[in-house]
Amino acid sequence: MPRRSVVPVGVFLPLLVLAACKGGSSGGGGASGGASGNAAKIGSALSITGPAASYGAQQRAGIETGIEVVNASNSLGGVKLEVLVEDDGSTKEQGINVFQKFINQDKVSVILGPTLSNTASAADPLAQQAKTPVLGISNTAPTGITDIGDYIFRDSLTEAQVIPGAVKKAKAKLGFKTAGVLYGNDDVFTKAGYDVMKKALDDEGVKILETQTFAKPDRDFSAQITSLKGKTPDILLVSALADNAAAIVAQARQLGYSGPILGGNGFNSPAFIKNAGPAAEGVLVGTSWNSASTEPANAAFKEAMQKKGASPDQFSAQAYTGVLIVAEAIRKAGNKTGRDDIKNGFSQVKDLDTPLGKFSFTEKRDARHEPSVQEVKGGKFQVMQ
Amino acid sequence: MQQAINGIFLGSIYALFAVGYTLVFGVLDILNLAHQAVFMLCAFAALTLVGQWGMHIALALPLAAALGGILGLVLERIAFRPLRGRSDSNISGLISSLAAATIFEAIALQLFGPDVSRFPFGSFPDRPLHLGHATVSALQLTIVAISVALMAILTALLRATPLGRRIRAVAENPRAARILGVDVDRIIAWSFFISSALGGAAGVLFGLAFNSVSPDVGRSIELKGLAVIILGGMGSVTGAVIAGFAIGILEVFTVARIGSSYRDAVSFAVLFLILLVRPRGLLGQAATREA
Repeated sequence: MPRRSVVPVGVFLPLLVLAACKGGSSGGGGASGGASGNAAKIGSALSITGPAASYGAQQRAGIETGIEVVNASNSLGGVKLEVLVEDDGSTKEQGINVFQKFINQDKVSVILGPTLSNTASAADPLAQQAKTPVLGISNTAPTGITDIGDYIFRDSLTEAQVIPGAVKKAKAKLGFKTAGVLYGNDDVFTKAGYDVMKKALDDEGVKILETQTFAKPDRDFSAQITSLKGKTPDILLVSALADNAAAIVAQARQLGYSGPILGGNGFNSPAFIKNAGPAAEGVLVGTSWNSASTEPANAAFKEAMQKKGASPDQFSAQAYTGVLIVAEAIRKAGNKTGRDDIKNGFSQVKDLDTPLGKFSFTEKRDARHEPSVQEVKGGKFQVMQ
Repeated sequence: MQQAINGIFLGSIYALFAVGYTLVFGVLDILNLAHQAVFMLCAFAALTLVGQWGMHIALALPLAAALGGILGLVLERIAFRPLRGRSDSNISGLISSLAAATIFEAIALQLFGPDVSRFPFGSFPDRPLHLGHATVSALQLTIVAISVALMAILTALLRATPLGRRIRAVAENPRAARILGVDVDRIIAWSFFISSALGGAAGVLFGLAFNSVSPDVGRSIELKGLAVIILGGMGSVTGAVIAGFAIGILEVFTVARIGSSYRDAVSFAVLFLILLVRPRGLLGQAATREA
């Protein structure tokens, strides 16, 4: 019997498995019934549910702590800050709904958030159109956020700002002259991270001995790592998302690479340490928050967070800083709380003391402050001294 | 040297995945696209046994493989048997296996979430051994040894046992086998059991080796497995073993010599060449077909 072999290779349909997007919102604060005109309403669009929920919870703690601290200080000439928290569900659609509610219904003075750059790229244009200022507190995509318009600001450093600082500081400490680079070439963020790394290394006069790539679905990186290790670079730079990053670092150590490893922002996740385990020890990551800073602003932040039973991290530090910046903008505007008052106040914020360090905005309304370098020690991120 | 070891290691997992794939193809002429989902579910099953129940991996591996076999039986019963005998059963079987794969993935997504999980640290003693300039871990050696042993057992089973003879008979000509008194349905079910158990074992070893298991982990290996069985000759178990190692080593050396961006391009260019020059694959002649 003749055999019919049918092999339609083209049948591999992309399987779209959408994680269930949960609705629901959690209103916080609520009208405190204070004298009208003396309260500044801050709308916070945070990812309370969805894939970014772990960030959203930290941001909420940071914002609420910041509000308490500012209100207790009574430094705004009688103006009280009032926060409304809504869930953006980590999605563009819900982010847009939340923004519409804030702008048209709640008539907030300023919006903090949304958590993800992706959501911001969809929701921020609404605020720009309605001339409502937005302060992003965790959007790190290098482009497409503050480019939206002159009402959009952020206090989170982009990859393009963090990585060069991290390379510079790590070089001062370790004195490396040659580097090997490994990056994911099928993802815009890891590719962008690589571009920044390459430029930073060139600027620092570090010679790149070899560059290797991988794709997100890859699980085996031993060929790339063996090849890189064979060139004996002084340091290995890796631009990868947290999942790949853990496997890469574990396999590099398994293959006997013992030199330093510097990761991009994808490494900046507890999941990385969890999955890489002991192999993560000594890995360097750029960060925008120096947890070990003894500056008074940072000490006050950590103390206030711990009093609330929350553990401070980069996301809560950026969220808390967001509240301080709004307060400073109101002060600069002569304690007025209109949307344009705050927008104009933002542009006058200069060298403000925050947990992130001395904070200013760039001309393009992006954040400007010193990034620092973290090192994994004893299963935790600690600041490299 | 190190790269050769990397290649053999990767190749042994490709080969183990592909022998199960090719076995079902040899018997039924159907590509079982749910093979990768069984691979993934078994990796998760072993992970649960070791991580949450504290079971030793030496016990969890056979248990997970047995679970894979049972999944194979379920697959055969639900996704393939009802369609058998239809004139278009090749295509409809392919589609229904794709559906089964999607369902399995959705189940895994519900049960284990989208994040990458890993085996707990120290679930396998991971001592590095040094061979000249190269490093091999005890884990890698064990994985290669288990893969080779499983493939040898399968080959012996097909060659020398009554079950193996019946499987080969059904692969050759189901109607003739039925006339000669072979219970074709049972043999097909057995083939699925063996195939899926091997795929499941490959999943567990893969999870151990690279320590990252996620609901989409099977997809990266699915196309490679397809390339391996085409290269080896559709339906040929020995061919799949040889081709598995060949593609593993080819990939590693492409990364080392040409650049990692060209890895898949080179693998599939070779595949393309084989299809043009020798469409039956390396060992795919009808006369020497083994299973």
